[in-house]
Amino acid sequence: MSRLETIGLRAGYADVTILDEIDLVIPDGQVTILIGPNGCGKSTLLKNMARILKPSRGNVLLDGKDIHTLNTRAVAAQLGLLPQGPIAPEGLTVRELVAQGRYPHQSLLRQWSRADEDAVNTAMRTAGITDFADRAVDTLSGGQRQRCWVAMVLAQDTGLILLDEPTTFLDLKVQVDLMELFTGLAHDRGHTLVIVLHELSLAAAYADHLVMMKAGRIVASGRPDDIFTARRLKDVFGLDANILRDPASGRLVCVPFSARRRVEAAQ
Amino acid sequence: MNQMRAPAIVSHKLRAWSGVPALLLALLAVFLLHIAVGAKPLPIQTVIEALTGFDSTNFDHVIIRNLRLPRAVHAIVVGASLSLAGALMQGVTRNPLADPSLLGLTSGAAFAVMVSTALFGAASLALIPWIAMAGALGAAAIVYLIARLVPGGATPLSLTLAGAAISAFLGAVISVIHLLNQDTFENLRVWLTGGLAGRDIALLAYVGPWMALALLAGIVLAARVTLLAMGDEVAQGLGIRTGLLKAQLLAVVVVLSAGSVALAGPLGFIGLVIPHVVRLYVGSDYRWIVPYAALAGAAYLVSVDIVARIAIPPREISTGIITAMIGAPLFVHLVRRRTR
Repeated sequence: MSRLETIGLRAGYADVTILDEIDLVIPDGQVTILIGPNGCGKSTLLKNMARILKPSRGNVLLDGKDIHTLNTRAVAAQLGLLPQGPIAPEGLTVRELVAQGRYPHQSLLRQWSRADEDAVNTAMRTAGITDFADRAVDTLSGGQRQRCWVAMVLAQDTGLILLDEPTTFLDLKVQVDLMELFTGLAHDRGHTLVIVLHELSLAAAYADHLVMMKAGRIVASGRPDDIFTARRLKDVFGLDANILRDPASGRLVCVPFSARRRVEAAQ
Repeated sequence: MNQMRAPAIVSHKLRAWSGVPALLLALLAVFLLHIAVGAKPLPIQTVIEALTGFDSTNFDHVIIRNLRLPRAVHAIVVGASLSLAGALMQGVTRNPLADPSLLGLTSGAAFAVMVSTALFGAASLALIPWIAMAGALGAAAIVYLIARLVPGGATPLSLTLAGAAISAFLGAVISVIHLLNQDTFENLRVWLTGGLAGRDIALLAYVGPWMALALLAGIVLAARVTLLAMGDEVAQGLGIRTGLLKAQLLAVVVVLSAGSVALAGPLGFIGLVIPHVVRLYVGSDYRWIVPYAALAGAAYLVSVDIVARIAIPPREISTGIITAMIGAPLFVHLVRRRTR
């Protein structure tokens, strides 16, 4: 059984349908990556799974129960979300930011405990930001800042972690470091991750479970080895690309080409 | 390495708490001084005696109890309310320039009191807070509707712009009414510049409990304001019902702003400046900013009112004029510090 799944999910605004009949089972303890062209509904799907948007039809099930019937704070102790474009209030220190992740575990009477302190320290160590714990978040580089947000979600200490484009606008090295961190969380610590990603080669390299979406529907899902093919990329993205396998790592790499240039090369 | 860091947190927490007794002491000091100074300066000893062991045959004690103490309590309640309301609004709107006058709250309250006085004569004392509250809420609703009509919806920016426009408009209408009915509004003239002179203790007894409740609610909700300041989706992901929280915060801010207007007229700059001063010491977590802003705001307004009372004897300057005269340069100083 899977902790998080969607059944017949449909969502949209007014008369625009963004998601249609989405049945998706998120495998536990693995990295699931959602890819698809801009506007295909992958972010909307993630927000529905994080109970931030309410589907017009269908259900999101967390441990078998409709997530919208559960207490939102109780859900926050089980499921963490890093949305796109979070805002770091001016002057907030790294430690203060990460500490906000403990909110679902606190109450009016139980304000700040040893467990909170430990969770914050562990999260900062895991994300590699302990060295600038007392600096203001808005003085850090983009990559460091993203690590702070990841640490905040880690401090939330949830089995399920949903991330919306966590590597956008970052250097390739930083992107790779973050993906290594995420796969480590899944494979070494048993967390379940769902990540919306734009970078195709990165998605193919790090996904245990790859989900390809187009126009509000799931076109294919499975292991990258099985579904990450040139035909599918052409079908889903309209992208002409070769899929190569890196001999050293065995990972799949997507190499786009322009149709015109290939014709020229052939002549 | 981690053992090395643990004391740093403890000292941070200690430092965050350490300001509370200091501020309470400062507040007590200016409170006593506020009562002691005036047309007839009284020794602090007498002030303390009048507060702890009241003697109705002692003329000084009667002055303190009936005239000076109410005014000092007014200053504490209004100063704490405006400052705390400003801090909450800066967090919710993610706008460092937010304060109760920003979303049209104070001008809406002042406008409502003004119009009801024009139509029905001097309103009954018990009605003024409700009229002020209705005015504040009405202005906030209009600001929100205008912001909603802007493409992109009620963003912090559209709310700020709509609030500035409504405030300016209501301010203009208030001036016009005032000019047309100079005689009727002679008694409101002082009230409209904001002041604490000759305030009725009955009104304070009436709105005080509500404002105390709102202050408490604001402090309880403060930790959630930090989450809200990080973006609605982050807050929702951490288990906040953002719609409900915003409604609760609006209620707190409306009660505090309208109550302050009813008690002291529109006083500017306190809600804007004090939260920024507080940030210099406690950082950017609203968990700390909000309670500190309440204490510092109270101490600030009591101090300002001392100046208003003794600056040019035997006359008094309106407190609202002094808050603006001190607040404006203080604000410029803070802006310069931030940009450096």
